[in-house]
Amino acid sequence: MKTIEEINQIREAKRKELDLRVNTGLDSREKHILVCRGTGCTSSKSPKIIEELRRIIEEKNIPNVRVIQTGCFGLCSKGPIVIVRPEETFYSHVKVEDCEAIVDAVANGTKVDRLLAKDIDGSVVERLNDLTFYKKQKRIALQNCGVIDPEEIDEYIAFDGYKALSKVLTEMTPDSVIEEISNSGLRGRGGAGFPMGKKWAFVKMAQGDQKYVVCNADEGDPGAFMDRSILEGDPHCILEAMTIAGFSVGANQGYIYVRAEYPIAVQRLKIAINQAREYGLLGENILGTDFSFDIDIRLGAGAFVCGEETALLESIEGKRGQPRIKPPYPANVGLYGKPTLINNVETYANVTKIILNGAEWYASIGTETSKGTKVFALGGNVVNVGLVEVPMGTTLREIVFDIGGGIPNGRQFKAAQTGGPSGGCIPAEHLDTPIDYESLAKIGSMMGSGGLIVMDDSKCMVDIAKFYLDFTVSESCGKCTPCRIGTKRMHEILTKICEGNGTIEDVEKLDVLANGIKKTAICGLGQSAPNPVLSTLKYFRDEYVEHVSEQKCRAGSCKALANIVIDPEKCKGCGLCKRNCPVNAITGEIKQPHVIDQSICIKCGTCVDKCPFKAISK
Amino acid sequence: MESNCGNCAALKVQEETLKILENYPREKDKLVAILNDVQERFGYVPQQAQEEISKYLNVPMAEIYGVITFYSRFTLKPKGKYNISVCMGTACFVKGSQAILDRVKDRLKIEKAGDVTADGKFSYDDVRCVGACGLAPVFMINDEVYGNATVKMLDEAIDKYSKESEE
Ligand SMILES: Cc1cc2nc3c(=O)[nH]c(=O)nc-3n(C[C@H](O)[C@H](O)[C@H](O)COP(=O)(O)O)c2cc1C
Ligand code: FES
Repeated sequence: MKTIEEINQIREAKRKELDLRVNTGLDSREKHILVCRGTGCTSSKSPKIIEELRRIIEEKNIPNVRVIQTGCFGLCSKGPIVIVRPEETFYSHVKVEDCEAIVDAVANGTKVDRLLAKDIDGSVVERLNDLTFYKKQKRIALQNCGVIDPEEIDEYIAFDGYKALSKVLTEMTPDSVIEEISNSGLRGRGGAGFPMGKKWAFVKMAQGDQKYVVCNADEGDPGAFMDRSILEGDPHCILEAMTIAGFSVGANQGYIYVRAEYPIAVQRLKIAINQAREYGLLGENILGTDFSFDIDIRLGAGAFVCGEETALLESIEGKRGQPRIKPPYPANVGLYGKPTLINNVETYANVTKIILNGAEWYASIGTETSKGTKVFALGGNVVNVGLVEVPMGTTLREIVFDIGGGIPNGRQFKAAQTGGPSGGCIPAEHLDTPIDYESLAKIGSMMGSGGLIVMDDSKCMVDIAKFYLDFTVSESCGKCTPCRIGTKRMHEILTKICEGNGTIEDVEKLDVLANGIKKTAICGLGQSAPNPVLSTLKYFRDEYVEHVSEQKCRAGSCKALANIVIDPEKCKGCGLCKRNCPVNAITGEIKQPHVIDQSICIKCGTCVDKCPFKAISK
Repeated sequence: MESNCGNCAALKVQEETLKILENYPREKDKLVAILNDVQERFGYVPQQAQEEISKYLNVPMAEIYGVITFYSRFTLKPKGKYNISVCMGTACFVKGSQAILDRVKDRLKIEKAGDVTADGKFSYDDVRCVGACGLAPVFMINDEVYGNATVKMLDEAIDKYSKESEE
């Protein structure tokens, strides 16, 4: 149990020690080798790298060098990433075998040139912030990710951690906190964009002897990993914000609902909660005041609909996660029937910064209606895959081309998808749309929780629509008929079209069905499930028509309509396709044009990608 | 299970389940949490375990079944020795994971996710985003992640494991 004084002392001492983490020009004898331990880099063996670095440092007895695990640096496609501070040297695609060279370089004050990251234009970059990827970003929610060791509470405290909580508990009232949050203009980052201050005020006003604060960390959107990365990289900032929320709305118990499929996030949260309890930052009489608050973890078990707030509450109560009919809203009748505040991870991640820097500061970032920044998980057919945080109002073009580095393999941009299975596909003509809640809704998509998938011209938009519907069909909870049966019918029609058996009436039927489901489903899942179909029908209708009237898939991805052929004019007979074909469907003599046996070909497209002469087409 | 005595296996499940239950109060809202532990321990939720939970929490078997089938993480059948999980998250799908999934079905000659090959060696499932989108497309064999995956990589992995377990 610590007092505010003691926390302040830890902060001061630790901050000096960690100055080299943020102060690039610093002349420091001490060096920190930071290694990403987010899910992405961990999958490519970063824990082994940490082990090896430590082993070598010990073996060679090198003083003043420490190896630190951190959360995600953001540029996942260059992983595993290792950064040396204070110089900020950025090493990409590091392997265990490279560790010795890195340690030697750090010891000698040099760099390992061959491991330095390359920028989009191919130039070698020495420092993290020189990468184009980071230039247009502004990190607020991700401020500590990649800077601190998420398993060390003192490191969090060093960078103003638990300072906002001290301020709230000693200088502010619940009303003044809510006013500050309201004035900041912060809106929910879980998808709907509801004003956060208003929600807090509702819960505070609700009558009840017991209230709850819940953090929605279900992150159901497949291909999105913002919330997980915040939990993995900076778990304490969520605990602190939830505690502030508890103080403001009058709750003394919080729950974090996180999927069991996120083992690293769950583990770090557990550690963080224990550390916070030990310091008296959670539990009875926090920081010696008369406010008490505790947080427990509740594990989800993989159901997209459990991201919907009322379904989530059902799941915490141990039941099937089926949504409740609203109203009443959780603010009045929530967990165990008590008034409950539910916010998303990223929404909470902004709270401490608003308390410390003021509402005015936060409101000065972003657009008229959407304040602050938004984190996106940028993925798909784009050069730089990873986590990006940009001020609201940044255009899609800036994200995809400046930060994302554009489309790889010389292909063309075709569409960007935001909002996951509830969102829509945005075509090239809308690339200059500024990212905010209203603009995205206007063009038939939505902000969503932050998945942003880029697609190149090899993607068939009918197939993409089918992919999302496949997801909704399997994730529909079955409670209401429009969603349970309607999405299934839509999926059947889409399958029929992709297999070349569709008619023009089918395309029209999709329109009718989609609009019907949108109006009649009971929860957000069903109401938004038709969006991927509606948006592709709107912007790529000619592709649907081609599928049904010409039996043609211009992207070549609908297998039933595809025929993979080798152009004998272009084929040089190098044999690369033959060697890579998984089913031995290709024959031909060396230096002679090769042919594909259509009866064996499984249309996997491997040969198309492998051919150095672009002689194979779908 | 090592033993071929059916009853011993059931007893072992019972014993292990009781051990898990000890950590929980007899409150209905702990059902999902308990099932998570059981799934983690056995790789599926055995019938015997369901019965124990039902008795412990005083929840009917039908309700437990309802909850198990609702959540995709819970399975009713044991997995193969090598479980192949193909990521079908959007980032992986856009990078061609369908071809990998098709190939898995083709190679293992099993149609449905969760089914196991006759020899018990392999099973597969499709998962939604394993969190390594930067390495898309991705598949996993048990806990090992294969990034920037190709059909060829999958073939090699399957070949390796089929040989290994013959020995
Ligand atoms: C089908 C469906 C899935 C959802 N999934 C999530 C999710 O994964 N994470 C999340 O924070 N919100 C999700 N939401 C939104 C929540 O219902 C709720 O609006 C949100 O948690 C409120 O927090 P916020 O105001 O901070 O955004 C989902 C909604 C629907 C309809
Ligand atoms: S979509 Fe496959 S790892 Fe994220």
